[in-house]
Amino acid sequence: MAGVAVSTTINGDNVEYLCQPDETLLDVLRDRLGLTGAKEGCGTGDCGACSIILDDRLVCSCLVLGAEAEGRRVETIEGMAHGDRLHPLQQKFLEHAALQCGICTPGFLIAAKDLLAKNPDPTEEEIRFGLAGNLCRCTGYDKIVRAVQDAASVMKGA
Amino acid sequence: MRYIRPLSMEDAVGQLAGSSGTAAILAGGSDLLVRMKGGFIEPDLILDIKAIDGLSEIRETAEGFSIGAAVSCALMGESAALKGEWPGVVEAAKLIGSKQVQGRCTITGNLCNASPAADSVPALVAAGAMALIAGPAGRRTVAVEAVPTGPGKTSLAKGEIIEAILLDRRAPRSGDAYLRFIPRTEMDIAVVSAGVNLTLDEQGVVKSARVALGAVAPTVLLVEEATEALIGRKLDEAALERLAKVCSGACRPIDDKRGTVEFRRKVAGVLARRAATTAYARAGGK
Amino acid sequence: MNFDPRYSNRSFTSVGTRPIRPDGVDKVTGRARYGADFNMAGQLVGRVLRSPHPHAKIRKIDTAKAEKLAGVKAVITAADLPDLTDGDAAMYDILDNCMARKKALYDGHAVAAVAAVDARTARQALKLIEVDYEVLLHVTDVDEAMKHTAPLLNDAIFTEGLEEKPVKPSNVTKRTQFGHGDIHEGFGQADFVVKRSFKTEQTHQGYIEPHACVASVSSDGTADLWVCTQGHFVYRQHCAQLLGMEASKLRVTSSEIGGGFGGKTHVWAEPVALALARKAGRPVKLVMTRDEVFRASGPTSATSIDVRIGARKDGTITAAEATLRYSCGPYAGMWAEIGAMTAFACYRLENVRTVGYEVLVNRPKTAAYRAPSAPMAAFAVESAIDELAKEIGMDPVEFRIRNAAQEGTRSSYGPVYGPIGIGPTLEAAKNHPHMKAPLGKNQGRGMACGFWFNFGGQTCTDLNIGMDGSVSLAVGTVDVGGSRASLSLVAAEELGIAYEQVKAVVADTSSLGYNDMTDGSRGTFSSSMATISAARNTIKILRERAAQMWDIPVDDVVWEKGHAIAKGEKYGNLAALSLKEIAAASGKTGGPIAGHSELVADGAGVSFATHICDIEVDPETGTTRVLRYTVVQDAGKAVHPTYVEGQYQGGAAQGIGWALNEEYIYGKDGRLQNPGFLDYRIPVCSDLPMIDTQILEIPNPNHPYGVRGVGETSIVPPLAAIANAVSNAAGVRMTHIPMSPPRILAAIEAERGG
Repeated sequence: MAGVAVSTTINGDNVEYLCQPDETLLDVLRDRLGLTGAKEGCGTGDCGACSIILDDRLVCSCLVLGAEAEGRRVETIEGMAHGDRLHPLQQKFLEHAALQCGICTPGFLIAAKDLLAKNPDPTEEEIRFGLAGNLCRCTGYDKIVRAVQDAASVMKGA
Repeated sequence: MRYIRPLSMEDAVGQLAGSSGTAAILAGGSDLLVRMKGGFIEPDLILDIKAIDGLSEIRETAEGFSIGAAVSCALMGESAALKGEWPGVVEAAKLIGSKQVQGRCTITGNLCNASPAADSVPALVAAGAMALIAGPAGRRTVAVEAVPTGPGKTSLAKGEIIEAILLDRRAPRSGDAYLRFIPRTEMDIAVVSAGVNLTLDEQGVVKSARVALGAVAPTVLLVEEATEALIGRKLDEAALERLAKVCSGACRPIDDKRGTVEFRRKVAGVLARRAATTAYARAGGK
Repeated sequence: MNFDPRYSNRSFTSVGTRPIRPDGVDKVTGRARYGADFNMAGQLVGRVLRSPHPHAKIRKIDTAKAEKLAGVKAVITAADLPDLTDGDAAMYDILDNCMARKKALYDGHAVAAVAAVDARTARQALKLIEVDYEVLLHVTDVDEAMKHTAPLLNDAIFTEGLEEKPVKPSNVTKRTQFGHGDIHEGFGQADFVVKRSFKTEQTHQGYIEPHACVASVSSDGTADLWVCTQGHFVYRQHCAQLLGMEASKLRVTSSEIGGGFGGKTHVWAEPVALALARKAGRPVKLVMTRDEVFRASGPTSATSIDVRIGARKDGTITAAEATLRYSCGPYAGMWAEIGAMTAFACYRLENVRTVGYEVLVNRPKTAAYRAPSAPMAAFAVESAIDELAKEIGMDPVEFRIRNAAQEGTRSSYGPVYGPIGIGPTLEAAKNHPHMKAPLGKNQGRGMACGFWFNFGGQTCTDLNIGMDGSVSLAVGTVDVGGSRASLSLVAAEELGIAYEQVKAVVADTSSLGYNDMTDGSRGTFSSSMATISAARNTIKILRERAAQMWDIPVDDVVWEKGHAIAKGEKYGNLAALSLKEIAAASGKTGGPIAGHSELVADGAGVSFATHICDIEVDPETGTTRVLRYTVVQDAGKAVHPTYVEGQYQGGAAQGIGWALNEEYIYGKDGRLQNPGFLDYRIPVCSDLPMIDTQILEIPNPNHPYGVRGVGETSIVPPLAAIANAVSNAAGVRMTHIPMSPPRILAAIEAERGG
């Protein structure tokens, strides 16, 4: 099986890698590039723990081939904070205790970032449906929704 | 295993026609990658069609809309023109999977995956959508309901690729709607679904009607009796009752992990009735 | 030093505040390392071959072809995991579950494993292993398995606990009974009797992180295991015992854990990974797929429960009885026993009897799931209680208040209660605005109570003072939901310093004494007790060092607000010494300053909760919508209230999923049909409303701060609360969990038809 050479942009950096034709972008990120922030909860697009943003679209990186990233822009959780300055969503997740075990947190943060980019002032219902592709088993979602609401109001004020 | 990304439809068709072993077309990948992960398919060739010119666009013409095979369902949701004319089709497309999945999945893929429970297919069938197919022998157009022939099977010949889904311009006083039943509010596959597409005359009497049901037979059902139940009437209680009855009666469902025969039969009627009510209102009926 | 764990009333400075957790930033930036986020140089990929049959004799396994495949470094079967359990039946079951020996006992049972250079090679190797099965008849339903005609899983099992010794083997491993009084007499006094049978389907904890580990075994017998677990000390013990290693030579490091809820209390893949690593001579990483997690980890029991409760017209319960049948998977368990103990624990009963039956079925080995066994028993009992209140014509809250257990009540499972929270949670629920909110068409309100024992157990912590006066707290209970924050608060409270000055870590098995695992809601209860003890030991040393620095008797030194203070007028000129100053001088006053604690945290106070919920039912489709949900629960003392709320909300959400949609669905072929998050439907964000919480604090007399465990009780009432709400909304009593739309619609149609 011939490897596919890929040249892409990840969190603003040019990255080149070689991957197998059937290798998912999630596996490339985690196993080849050491970016383990995206998690594999299911591998079938049903849990959202591997969420990334691909050319401004929220996707599950387990449902994208590594080869497909050629020439595209990938954003992962590792690129969300600016240096040691957390993104408002990250800060609000901490303040509201919107995480317990934290395994779903990177996926939720990426999905919430995408949601607020497209809808800066969402209703509770819009947040709930906007984040319905991300499973959390610990929190019952209450504190996650509140953290996103709080972050949205902070970001609007900024 | 090879991964290739052709730039033209001619190249894609040529690659596909000339391939030996298992070839898989990759657009959104939300079905293909799951099948690969589960070990249900190990393709020798993965043909990524997203770089083909025009395939990722929704084109609006005098005749209607051409939705390229690589257009994501999320993109359909962002097209105000499409949503304005075919709200039922768009709401069906926007129900597939999650936001993450909608960012990738396509209605063409949904059609070609040939699942009886495919969300967008009943809406497309009700809408009278056509599939534009490119192949070694040139291009042809067929009604979407002719594409799936059974669970996981299609009528596409070797080397053929669906290039776009075509929807007509709307006649005045028309409306469509799609509803599905899922146990949760999101992230599920339809247990039963119904697409309804209506055109009314000036008095609000149904002039034409197409009703399609999903997940109640091996392929999506276009319910002819439902058309008969609606045409020539206003959408009064008696017409709705009859619609529900004929839809329940037309079902040929199975018991499985997602629902029972009785449940599917009963709920098919309920959904058809509710979708018809919405479609009627969208068409301006009162 | 003697440690007095008794509660004493006090005011708090740190405890009860809501700071940001110490592991938080790593978790929001993707830096935190979970089970699958760790790698070792030269590591191989491990994969497991699993039985496709629910019940089959393994005649022969041929691994020759797989071994010959290029890139395959080890192939193992049960032969590579010889039986070293020395008559320990429970350990033998764990061994057999890790790798089937003579029979495959469920769809997904491991039969062989490989380690190869990459995932593709490992997958190919599995396909080359030839297993010769003799397929046997199977049984997956708990009631079917009890019939004498059912296929036997293990013909060496004869039911324990029967009056007469059985002559035939059975799938029922054990009968247990609890209670007191005379139920026949009690039912004789009843004016109203409700009798119902209930069923609940099997559910999974549904943690988002699949089981994952990296194992490395050196030729000198030392080994390392990195793993997501609720109890790395227990994993070490089990792995060492199964593999014939010395425990001290196996260092187990618990990674961050992506959810457990009881499901990461048992070893499955870890002994297999170690055996592969030993055979291959290279580290092996083994990560389960989601499909494997569902098919072959440890879901909860499916149950079948009969309940009978009688009461007088005045609303006094005169007798209560329940028969509870719990599936255990293919190995003996004590799940029905726990269910039988918890069933009536909320009530003050003169005459009560519960009987439990442990039942073997061809499903995965049952593991703990948050207050294991209690939610199903509560579903049955609290449904019948509601129905009985209705028959008597009493308000269901009033009826429960009238019969609630109190301090001094003899519980249905034996012990006499100390101060408990069932009455206060009921009163709080009664007075909650939720109870009075109006309901619309097709909407119903339900409420229910729940009980859980809580557990303490063996605990060890170290508290080390750095030269700069900062504090490292090393604990051995895995942090499953924010306990490092709570324990840091406790250390700060006891030492009188700022929360930020304390850094809590979970130590590996070579760095700290043995700890039981984080289960039984013990994490914060037991480790906070040990932390208080370690801090008090540290303070004693700090006082000694201060005394030395001042050259005065230690008895004249007290510890207040993070400072040593010389007590008495004669020391008027001595400025207080801060922790930092004492630490800085420690090299000259006797070396490092540390406090340790090893204890058995007895006296975990029992816990009670009352939940209220509103549900809307679509009578045409059976769809439900949770409109409003309120949790009232006793925490003893909420150390970090935000995380206590989180436990209440999380348990409620899991209970809602269980009540409405989650279930294992087996086909006639005995294979699991829904081993994925698409068709095993845990609640998504849009399925739930905000979950209101009310924390009550009825101090636990056996903890210095009054802390009780809070993790589990919140999953006990939801099944019943929702069933009562659905029954009220739809006008028909629901007796089968989950109340999926097809079940609700069928019940409504049957009611209409009848």
